[in-house]
Amino acid sequence: MFDGREPIYIQIADQIRGDILAGNLAEGEQVMSTTQYATTFRINPATAAKAFAQLVDEGVLYKQRGVGMFVAEGAPARLRSDRRETFLAERLEPVLAEARVLGIGSADLIRWIERAGDDPEQTTTEDTTTEGEQR
Amino acid sequence: MSGYAVSVRDLTVRYGRTTAVDRVSFDLEADGIYGLLGRNGSGKTSTLSVLASLRRATAGTVLVDGADPFENEALMAGIALIRESGDVLANAKISVNFDYFRRVRPAWDPDFAEELVDVFGLNRKKPISTFSRGQKSAFGAVIGLASRAPLTMFDEVYLGMDAPSRYRFYDLLLADYAEHPRTIILSSHLISEIERLFSGVVVIDEGRLLLSEDVDEFRTRGATFTGPVAAVDAVTAGLRVVASRSLGPTKEVTVYGDLDETTLAGARSADIAIGGVSVQDLFVHLTEKESR
Repeated sequence: MFDGREPIYIQIADQIRGDILAGNLAEGEQVMSTTQYATTFRINPATAAKAFAQLVDEGVLYKQRGVGMFVAEGAPARLRSDRRETFLAERLEPVLAEARVLGIGSADLIRWIERAGDDPEQTTTEDTTTEGEQR
Repeated sequence: MSGYAVSVRDLTVRYGRTTAVDRVSFDLEADGIYGLLGRNGSGKTSTLSVLASLRRATAGTVLVDGADPFENEALMAGIALIRESGDVLANAKISVNFDYFRRVRPAWDPDFAEELVDVFGLNRKKPISTFSRGQKSAFGAVIGLASRAPLTMFDEVYLGMDAPSRYRFYDLLLADYAEHPRTIILSSHLISEIERLFSGVVVIDEGRLLLSEDVDEFRTRGATFTGPVAAVDAVTAGLRVVASRSLGPTKEVTVYGDLDETTLAGARSADIAIGGVSVQDLFVHLTEKESR
């Protein structure tokens, strides 16, 4: 856990966002305290606190004085829409740029997307071919 | 009480003709957990001894909470150095030791101390000298934790403990530090178990400072690349390779040095996973190179 190259507090924040998106942490649910988090994962409490502070700033978590921290109402929906935007901007955009360079038109792209999405059998066949090639 | 900041400037410690510490400078912020890393004989203990004012610097200055700790009784009461050799009343039982530390440590917590004795399963009826190596280390940990000194230094204390006791120590240290923040220095050469506890690291080798920086900064001095053999070889060609492991068609290569965006982007586009590098791996690499 936390094997990435980014600062650990960013990895912790990402993990909590992921838990909220996956539904492991529900809206309004209490999250671990920074102390619990630090001792559970054996990390510096200041590092955990920094991650939690970032999530509070983003409105993903909210603090209730003397009680603890909770997942904010609407956090899953907001995270999902943020991630969608990131997905479109950072993942899809480069693919489209590359397609333009290669002269693949929108109609071709749409046909590919529809084929991959609507025909699971096709996907399975392709997967098998790839595995066969690797061996 | 919160922790003491530490400032070391051109610290030099000589024993006769041997220079144990050679013009070392670093700063530690109050309330951080720092790793003082160095191989055996690198000058870790000498540095800590000066901070604890057990030894006088041959040259240079050391400031703890803005003052020189040497023969400064008020300041010394807030500085605890726990060495594996003990620093306890060896021929006395636990209760006698606790009476002593209660008098010399202003922030001593007697209830916490008793609780720690139970956690580590130490014998209250026998003198410390009859304890095993592991039990002596655990008792050192008890003293260090219960003292709650604004500057607490553990010099390889946990090396004598078995794995379950070590993890108990890390957990107790973290939990108590979260409640009672203070400046903590853990000196060692075996750090993979505790590297995520650090906020900063100071690496010394053969008495000289190699680096002193924030742990996140330190970790970005290297990276691991994992992916298909040919692709990984292509991306890491010309980089300083620290370690390399192959598993069939997959290879993991650890490199040291600043990585430019071109290298990182090249790796990403070749479907190579880029990971962080452990402080332990970096430390071993740095001190190996420097000593040859």
